[in-house]
Amino acid sequence: MAEIGVPHRIPSTLAPMAQGRGVNARRRSRLNVWRRFVLLALGIFFLTPLYAMAEFTTRGIGSGPRNLDAWRAIVTYPDLISAIVISLELAAITSLAMLFLLVPTMIWTRLRLPKMQRVVEYICLLPLTIPAIVLVVGLAPIYKWVSYIFGDSSLTLAFAYVVLVLPYTFRAIQSGLSAIDVATLSEAARSLGAGWPTVMWRVIVPNIRAALINAALLSVALVLGEFTIAQLLNYQNLQVAINLLGRANAGVSIAVALASLLLAFALLLALSFVGNGRRGRAASEKG
Amino acid sequence: MSNGAGATPRAGVEVRLEQLTRTYGTVVALDGLNLTIEPGELVALLGPSGCGKTTALRLLAGLEDADAGRVVVAGKDLTRLSANKRNIGMVFQAYSLFPHMTALQNVAFGLRLRHVSSAERKKVASETLELVGLSAQSHRYAHQMSGGQQQRVALARALAIKPEVLLLDEPLSALDAKVRAQLRDEIRRVQLEVGTTTLFVTHDQEEALAIADRVGVMRAGQLEQLGSPSEVYGRPQTAFVAEFVGLSNRLAAEVKGGMALVRGVVVPLVDPATPEGPAMAIVRPEAFSLAGHTDAESGPLVGHVIATAFLGAVSRISVDLGGGVTVLAQLPTGDAGAYPAGTRVRLALRPDPVLVNPTRVAEE
Repeated sequence: MAEIGVPHRIPSTLAPMAQGRGVNARRRSRLNVWRRFVLLALGIFFLTPLYAMAEFTTRGIGSGPRNLDAWRAIVTYPDLISAIVISLELAAITSLAMLFLLVPTMIWTRLRLPKMQRVVEYICLLPLTIPAIVLVVGLAPIYKWVSYIFGDSSLTLAFAYVVLVLPYTFRAIQSGLSAIDVATLSEAARSLGAGWPTVMWRVIVPNIRAALINAALLSVALVLGEFTIAQLLNYQNLQVAINLLGRANAGVSIAVALASLLLAFALLLALSFVGNGRRGRAASEKG
Repeated sequence: MSNGAGATPRAGVEVRLEQLTRTYGTVVALDGLNLTIEPGELVALLGPSGCGKTTALRLLAGLEDADAGRVVVAGKDLTRLSANKRNIGMVFQAYSLFPHMTALQNVAFGLRLRHVSSAERKKVASETLELVGLSAQSHRYAHQMSGGQQQRVALARALAIKPEVLLLDEPLSALDAKVRAQLRDEIRRVQLEVGTTTLFVTHDQEEALAIADRVGVMRAGQLEQLGSPSEVYGRPQTAFVAEFVGLSNRLAAEVKGGMALVRGVVVPLVDPATPEGPAMAIVRPEAFSLAGHTDAESGPLVGHVIATAFLGAVSRISVDLGGGVTVLAQLPTGDAGAYPAGTRVRLALRPDPVLVNPTRVAEE
């Protein structure tokens, strides 16, 4: 059937426009191919070692068949579960302590002591410039007192870890605070009768929730992967346990390392879903 | 819009700023400011940037501390009281709605802090939103509303706590012209309805003159003049006020015998006690009228039209009087059409009282 009103040829005045669209479409297509290639290359780069680790953990002894003995050994290996629990507890304590320490400080300096912002920033970023080994040398005498006062629980590592995560969490929270007009919101709340604690927890914190979740994610990731300080101060955590395990049983050590990676990934994913879930609910309420 | 002053019984309280002083380093933002706002009155503080008008408002709100002086509201000295204990509502220049709350939650926020029951809170917040014509938007978040709607919600939020004083810190400056005019009238309507004593800070003279019972013109941390809009515009007390409020022509004059001689025309003086001698007269554009084509004539008020600016109902005509002196004359647009650019015209000066500045004599 013949189409009515559809020109057989593009009019000359529209031809350049159509040509432009064609060029754009080709450019988009090339860009998509390039994106897929980059994604694939990165996927191979990151997943190959993980695959190799998984493959290694399933090798049997000698020429025996593949098995999951190394994975089964994780739950039976002495001290491993307690190390995992300690690392998770450290992650939780560090994140909470960091939030309680940093959030009010940053809001307060932004609102009331703007000249101190640079000082706070300098202090928070300082740990980034100090190698972990140097940090340990400085922390060792302090930890003698820490052990004396708080006992020699591995959870006391949280003191050092709060310092360790400061540079990363500071930046995350700073970006959140920069995204809102903190001064105007707090003045509006104060004029309505809110005291400073109410301003912080009911007005500012809900509006930087995404930044706080990001800061907590970074803390969790850093604590779960921390080895140097715990090892050199003679405390037990997941990475120290994996290191010890590696000397006794390579297969189990790699299985634990892979499991801890997957655990950290799952934790970070869960945390980010908490944030997204709340945002999603808020968005649907708005809609 | 008629300001309706005196037509409605007022329920507000008296506000007094006494000798308020505030400095920032070496900059004196407020220099012993004295201002009394009558109960239920709307006073607009007008002035150029840096004149101290916003500082005065922030000191009244308690958002900053005064170096000296007192803030007295309803007879109580609030100078040392923190902002959250003053019961003063405020609408800010920047959009200040809490982004994580709906319009209704924003309006109810202050009531919640006052431990008002949930049902009462919702009722009052809904009624206040209705007052500003936004009951249909009560469940919207800030990002789902226009700038004008956000400022209306901010106004409702400030009014919901039944403040003793309402402060408006250039609330219209971020809005486009049409919305600004609408919201300006809306603010005045609501203010008259609730009767709250209000201080409105703006740098827009049209806004100040249209909305206020009295206008205070500020300069360098002090009140230059405080009076009704017609007084401030028609009988400015200082050259600064005359030049800042409305357009003005500055013409050489001679003060003699309590009158001013301006380009051959004798006009009365706003201040008859002005010292005699050469001075500069400040003449409003509407004091001039065009007397018609006068090709052959010459004189101090004869010149040719340079340009005409169409302003709707009126037009503003620039006339070159020669010698580098250009004056602005304002006349109905229907009449202005008769004087295209290049036309030779004679100006007539209405004998309104003029203010002269004896310290400046050069025409501009």
